[in-house]
Amino acid sequence: MSRRTWVLINSAVLLLCLLGLWQAVVSLKHLPAYMLPGPTLVAVAIEERFPSLMKSLLITAEEAGGGLLASIIVGMTVAMVFAQWTWLRQLVYPYTILLQTVPIVAVAPLIINWVGPGLIAVSTVTFVICLAPIIANTTQGLISVDDNLIHLFVMHKATPAQILFKLRLPNSLPNLFTGIRISAGISVIGGLTGELFAGSAQVGEGGLGYAITYANNQMETSYMFALVLAATLLGFSFFFIVMFLEWMALHNWHESKRADVGE
Amino acid sequence: MVNVPEVVLQSVDKRYRTGAAALEGISFEVERGEFVAFLGPSGCGKSTLLRLVSGLSAATSGSVRVNGMTPDNARELMSFIFQDSTLMPWRTVAENVGLSLELEHAAPPLRSERVDRMLNLVGLTHVARRYPRELSGGMKMRVSIARALASRPRILLLDEPFAALDEMTRDRMNEELLRLYEEQKWTVLFVTHSVAEAVFLSTRIVILSSNPGRIAHDVAVDLPWPRTAEIRDSLVFEQTVTGVSRLLRGVMQA
Ligand SMILES: Nc1ncnc2c1ncn2[C@@H]1O[C@H](COP(=O)(O)OP(=O)(O)O)[C@@H](O)[C@H]1O
Ligand SMILES: [Mg+2]
Repeated sequence: MSRRTWVLINSAVLLLCLLGLWQAVVSLKHLPAYMLPGPTLVAVAIEERFPSLMKSLLITAEEAGGGLLASIIVGMTVAMVFAQWTWLRQLVYPYTILLQTVPIVAVAPLIINWVGPGLIAVSTVTFVICLAPIIANTTQGLISVDDNLIHLFVMHKATPAQILFKLRLPNSLPNLFTGIRISAGISVIGGLTGELFAGSAQVGEGGLGYAITYANNQMETSYMFALVLAATLLGFSFFFIVMFLEWMALHNWHESKRADVGE
Repeated sequence: MVNVPEVVLQSVDKRYRTGAAALEGISFEVERGEFVAFLGPSGCGKSTLLRLVSGLSAATSGSVRVNGMTPDNARELMSFIFQDSTLMPWRTVAENVGLSLELEHAAPPLRSERVDRMLNLVGLTHVARRYPRELSGGMKMRVSIARALASRPRILLLDEPFAALDEMTRDRMNEELLRLYEEQKWTVLFVTHSVAEAVFLSTRIVILSSNPGRIAHDVAVDLPWPRTAEIRDSLVFEQTVTGVSRLLRGVMQA
């Protein structure tokens, strides 16, 4: 049996033990379901409300994914502008750090005020918190190019565009992916936070964040657990998609993706 | 047509914004086909000198002419080889070698034909599709040389190109470089800190002193051509190395 299978089996056994312990505590202590539902109740809640759960999950995925995608596009563009015009970077870069410290719960109501509630508003909230890591990491990658490589391009009369697209951009890929990984992690938080303020114009139409508020008000604790689980899974799948894309882009050449590392 | 020397420097000074003069009163001429090695204490301005010739950096005063032109206008004639192989890790060996042709928008068939020829020249055809991280230090340096040769330069500028290699690889690279030099008849400006390497390769050695960098000695190397590995064992080679080492020591102590 390979080491990996062994680790997987161990993890699965541990998970079952924890679930068993959880159920045992709930049954033996006779805890009411609104305080702490057992895993079986959560499973029942998932099954009963599967369509609306999926619907909420998809809405949040769309909001968070849309905001993340927009932040990648805008963030890369800003970083490329920064790399091209040093004086502009020195002027504006400090403010992009400020972007990172914006308290999103305070700004979210403002954004909703401007954009109006709904998908766009939530995506915008996500976009705002995802932007800074993309800008910071990509800029770093674009400007930390070996001087001699720049000299080489200059010697061969490369245009500024050639230096940007054939040298700086590929050089920044590992950093870009670091930024995307960070932003993918917080994009789900952005989606949930946005929804707390502007989930939906209509009842029952919102994403996970909205549904969590709703379930909380209704004391449907077992459904809340299901929603938290769904949100976690969403974050996880974003993370895996990014990891996969990163592997696709870098595994051929990047030192960190060497197949033989650690074997 | 008048016979213009390939590289001419006249009373060149170079002062960086940050500090004292890096180079002062540098004048010399390099005829076409010469192989000139530059020796000198570290920080004496050898790299600066090559950058001035290549046009990557401008002289504070004095004039630099390459084939009668300003370095900027003579860029097509020159290729620069750096101490590190400075390959782009995201490109395969062949893609690295083809860089200059790609930047000039050369037609793809011409590009791939030239790349194949260059790889053949440095004996790396079998790793054309590999990435730099899979190569040894010596192989990377050969890729770097192939890349420099792909634009068909008349003048090669090399800044301690083999300094990071082990001695055996370095000797072999020296021999390969000489084989190509005798075939292609470039003009070569070669910076090194190894006296033996300078003597083995060059037709002429320029020794610089430091603070500020000036030309201290300019000596011809009278070893027979073609130069083979065996020359390293000859008496005249050893005597030349000893002589040049003495000159260099004098400069270091001053
Ligand atoms: N880009 C630069 N800016 C400021 N000073 C420099 C720069 N490059 C080199 N120098 C200085 O010029 C002097 C000569 O440097 P360099 O040409 O690299 O010497 P060498 O190659 O002989 O070791 C050194 O004192 C170095 O600190
Ligand atoms: Mg140097």
